[in-house]
Amino acid sequence: MNSNDITHTLSTYVTTQILKQPKRILKGDEPLISSGLIDSFHLVDLGLFIEDKFGVRIEDSELNADTFDTLDQLVVLIQSRQ
Amino acid sequence: MRTFSAVLAQTCAEVPDRPAIHLQFAKRSDLTLTYGDLLSGAAGFASLLSRHGIGQGDVVVIILQHGEPLVYAFWGAVLHGAVPAILPPLTEKLLPERYRKDLAALIQVTRPRAIVTYPEFAHEVELAICAAAMAAAAPVMIAVDAVTPVAPDFAALGGLRREASDIVLLQHSSGSTGLQKGVALSHRAVFNQLDAYAPAIELSESDVIVSWLPLYHDMGLIASFVLPVLRRVPLVLMSPFDWVRAPIRLMQAISHYRGTLTWLPNFAYNFCATRIRERDLDGIDLSSLKAVINCSEPVYHSSHLAFLQKFARYGLSPRALATCYAMAENTFAVTQSAIGGPIARNEGGGIGNAGQVSSGRPLPNVRIRILSEDRRDLPEGAIGEIALHSDCMLSEYYHRPDATEQAFFDGFYLTGDLGYVLHGEVYVTGRKKDLIIVGGKNVYPQDLEQLAGEVPGVHAGRVAAFGVFNEDAGTEDVVIVAEAESDDPEERERAAEAVRQHITRNSDVAVRQVVMVDPRWLIKTSSGKVARSANKAKYLAEVMGQAA
Repeated sequence: MNSNDITHTLSTYVTTQILKQPKRILKGDEPLISSGLIDSFHLVDLGLFIEDKFGVRIEDSELNADTFDTLDQLVVLIQSRQ
Repeated sequence: MRTFSAVLAQTCAEVPDRPAIHLQFAKRSDLTLTYGDLLSGAAGFASLLSRHGIGQGDVVVIILQHGEPLVYAFWGAVLHGAVPAILPPLTEKLLPERYRKDLAALIQVTRPRAIVTYPEFAHEVELAICAAAMAAAAPVMIAVDAVTPVAPDFAALGGLRREASDIVLLQHSSGSTGLQKGVALSHRAVFNQLDAYAPAIELSESDVIVSWLPLYHDMGLIASFVLPVLRRVPLVLMSPFDWVRAPIRLMQAISHYRGTLTWLPNFAYNFCATRIRERDLDGIDLSSLKAVINCSEPVYHSSHLAFLQKFARYGLSPRALATCYAMAENTFAVTQSAIGGPIARNEGGGIGNAGQVSSGRPLPNVRIRILSEDRRDLPEGAIGEIALHSDCMLSEYYHRPDATEQAFFDGFYLTGDLGYVLHGEVYVTGRKKDLIIVGGKNVYPQDLEQLAGEVPGVHAGRVAAFGVFNEDAGTEDVVIVAEAESDDPEERERAAEAVRQHITRNSDVAVRQVVMVDPRWLIKTSSGKVARSANKAKYLAEVMGQAA
C-alpha cells in the first residue's frame, strides 16, 4: 500500500467510525489528539485498527500526541514499521 | 474514639513492614509501599503543610497525577489534621481557560487554605487563584516534586487531636461547570461505611484490591484507596490514563498480585471485553477474583455477558460478577449484591423493567424509601425517587447550606435517582432530572446545550443534548441536535464540527454525534423549553430510523 492509500484508509476509518461524520475531510496536517478530536478511548480503537489493517503494532505507551498527532505523521510511522 | 490518624498510628505500630500499596507505572517497575513507607511519606508531607502554616481543619486541595506524591499528600493532610480534597488534573483535550475558571469558582466556594500541585502545573493554579480574586485568605500554592519522608511522630501530629465528628475529607461531585459541590464526610461517617460495607463484600486481610480508578471519584477514593489502607488490605493502584491506553494492565495486575476485588463502571466491562487482544491474555489467570463489582453507571446484563464470555477461559468465575449502588453523599455504597452471586434480576410480571439487573440489597445501616413526586411513600415495585438514611451520610455540602438543605427531606437524603424495590432488591432505572452518564462521568445536558448555542451557525437556545445507550460501548453516547441557521450542507457540516470542538474543549466531554437540523425541528414544551426526551425519541425515529 502506498502512502496515499494508507492515508485514505485511515481517514475513512476516523471520519466514519470515530467521528461519525463520513462527509468530513481530514487534512493531513490536522491535529487529531492534541485538538481533542480523538479521545483516549478511541485512540485504543485506532491502535487496534492499525494493527489489523497494516500489521503494525503501536504500543500503548506510544498512543499519545508525542508519537503522532496528524494523519501524515501516522502514515510515516506505519510505513517505517512495515 | 476512631479517627483516621488513630487507626493509622496503630497500624504503623503493629505492622510497619506489611505492604500497603503497590503503585504501578507505565514506564517504571512497581513500587511497593509498606505502611511504614506510606506513613513516613505522609508525615513528610504533613511537615510541609506545617511549614506553610496550614492548620487543623483547613481544606487542602490536591491536584496531582498518579504517583507517590499524590498518595503522600492525601494521607499527609489526614495526619496533619487538615481536610484533603483531591481534584482532577487538566487533561489535554480541555481548554486551560475553562479549567482555570472552574477551579477559581471552586476556590471561591470551598475557600481552601492550600492547593498542592506539581511544579509544571503551578502557574495554572496561580492564575486560578488570581481569578478567584479573594480579598483575604487566598490559598497558599504548594508545588510538590518529591516528598522527603520523616518518621511519623503521631503524638506531635494534628491528626490525633481530631474528633470523630470532624470532617475528614471532601469529595467533589464530578463535572459540571460551576456546579461543583464538595461532599463533606466525617471520620465517623467513613468508619460507619466501612463497618457496613466490609462484611457485605466479605472483606478480610487476605484480600487484594486492584484499581485503576481516579481518586477524585468516590469509587476510586473510598472503595479503592481509603478502605484498603484503613482495613490493612493490600492495594494495587495504577493510573486511569495508563489503563485507558492499555486495559490489559488491569488483568495483568490481577493475575500477578492474585487480586480478589475490583470495582468497575459498566462501560469498563465492554471496554475490556472488546479492546484486549487474545494474545495479550496468554498466561493471564483471573481465578483469584472473588468479585468484580459493577458500580457508578446503570448496570447492563449484556455488559456482564460480554465480559464473562471474554474472560471465563482465563479463570473468571461467573459467580464473581457483582453489583453495587453508591454515591459520595453516602460515603460510598448504598447497596451490594451478595458475594458469590448470583445477581438478582427482575423476572417481569408487570412490575418495573423485566430483565433488569439488581444493584443488590441495602447495607444493614441504610434505610431506603421510594418517593412519589409529592414525596409520599410508594409501594413495592413502583418507580419513584430513591431516598436514603444511614449513619454514613455527608455532614454537609461544604460551605453550601442552601444545597445541603435542598438535598434532604424528613432526614432522608434525596438521591435524584429513580428506581424501585422488589423482593428487597434495589433496581435503579434512571435520573429524576436529565443527566447523561458517560463512562462513569455525570454530564449535565444544559451545560452542553449552552456551549453548542455559543457556536456561530447554531440557533442559540435551539439545541438538545441527550445520551443514547450504546450497547457495544456499555455506556451512553452524547448526541447533540442543533437547529442550523443555514441550509447549505457545507456550512452545516462546518457548524457541526465547530460544535463538537467547542464542547470537547470546554467540557472534557467527547461528543459522539452532532446533527444539524432545520429550524423548528426541535420539540418545545408549552413553557418554551427544549424537551429533551421528546427530541431524543424524534432523533431515534427520524435520524436513526428506529421505532420509538
